[in-house]
Amino acid sequence: MTMKTMQTPSSFNLFSAKDGLVSDDTKAKSRNKRLVLGCGALVYELVELIKHNPVVDQAVDLHCLPAHLHNTPQLIGPEVDKFLSEHAHRYSEVLVAYGDCGSAGELDRVIAKYQASRLPGAHCYEFFSGADVFQSMMNEELGSFFLTDFLVSFFDRLVVQGLGLDRYPELKEVYFKHYKKLVYLAQKDDPELQTLASQHAAFLGLDYEYKFVGFDELKPVTFGLDSEHKLGSIEVQHVST
Amino acid sequence: MSDQEDDFELSDLDDKELVEQIQDDLYDGLNDEVFEGVEILLERKWDANDILGDALVGGMKIVGEDFRDGILFVPEVLKCAGAMKQGMGLLRPILANSAIDISLGKFVIGTVKGDIHDIGKNLVGMMLEGAGFEVIDLGINNPVENYLEAIDEHKPVVMGMSALLTTTMPYMGVVIEELDKRGMRNDFHVMVGGAPLNQEFADAIGADAYGRDAARSAEMASEHARSVQAS
Repeated sequence: MTMKTMQTPSSFNLFSAKDGLVSDDTKAKSRNKRLVLGCGALVYELVELIKHNPVVDQAVDLHCLPAHLHNTPQLIGPEVDKFLSEHAHRYSEVLVAYGDCGSAGELDRVIAKYQASRLPGAHCYEFFSGADVFQSMMNEELGSFFLTDFLVSFFDRLVVQGLGLDRYPELKEVYFKHYKKLVYLAQKDDPELQTLASQHAAFLGLDYEYKFVGFDELKPVTFGLDSEHKLGSIEVQHVST
Repeated sequence: MSDQEDDFELSDLDDKELVEQIQDDLYDGLNDEVFEGVEILLERKWDANDILGDALVGGMKIVGEDFRDGILFVPEVLKCAGAMKQGMGLLRPILANSAIDISLGKFVIGTVKGDIHDIGKNLVGMMLEGAGFEVIDLGINNPVENYLEAIDEHKPVVMGMSALLTTTMPYMGVVIEELDKRGMRNDFHVMVGGAPLNQEFADAIGADAYGRDAARSAEMASEHARSVQAS
């Protein structure tokens, strides 16, 4: 079984984003398009990368699975499989905008089945920050709990409710007793999110650290599309953004 | 699990009903009720091993199955484990002083170096204890030396390693290699587990078994220990 990481693709188009779920079957007609199937927790960055580039916008269809799968990694592989079984055949290329995400290799098995690719790394924390930077952060402090923009924004739903802390506040100690600090890996420089993140750190009883990492590491989803590019019968022109 | 809302006294239930009620209360994560139920069974002169097996481990098996089937999620399982811990707290000293040794042997368990995650490991430890193992818990972030020391001191029948990170799980292979180098690899069973692992990984690093969840891990370890005892 081989698993590719995202590298050189083809052409595209994308759609609208709503509540972490983006889809548009009407645009999924061309076999010359690229399908990007992403985690709902990456939807803002994926939309930003794709929507802000008309070339990419024409060549990609984007669909995001619900972000709450983040908390049930065993369901990610089956959900991706289900979606790809219905849609992958309509695309010349499929890129899965997930890391392994705790799926225990199940996602890679699904990806291989559809000859698709995924983002490199284990988690979004890793590919947002880059593998080397992430590893050095882990070496520096094992007990780091990472949040991204999305997780900061939806902390209550994905962390507090997702871990059952709203129902069982006593579990906070069980989950976080070995953590020392909350590291906010920011995709955009947003003071409001920084304030929120520091409040989340206080809620969890952790030290707070801010680190701007951007989302350049997501750019593989647009590889081959932001310059003059030919795919089958479709010619994609470079459009500056 | 139970939709029953009516108040009733646990002590009014007969033994069979009470065991079922303890399992229900354990499933619902009701610490005090589980504690009280175990206390009543002890007052009725139940053997501590039977209480452990029938009421607590029996209850946790249902929890494990429902977790595997996606009916229960981590927070609920942790609440169940907390309730089991309450019952175990009552039984542990009695079991330790029991004249009948039904121990399956020692199980050394720990999260590997570089990893601080221990929720899964703790659940496995609890199920192992319930199954009859004496659990030697090394905690988190264990270098190979910790495992070696514990093996030397405790002579376990099984050693278990846990990891939650893809970056730390390869360390399990490092430990197994070290055991191999020292000629200790076949002295005991090596089990591995943790969210990012799978059977292929366990095979690749030369582990004897992969425990996909706490209940299954305890079952597999018990089967192995019994086969060792029988041989």
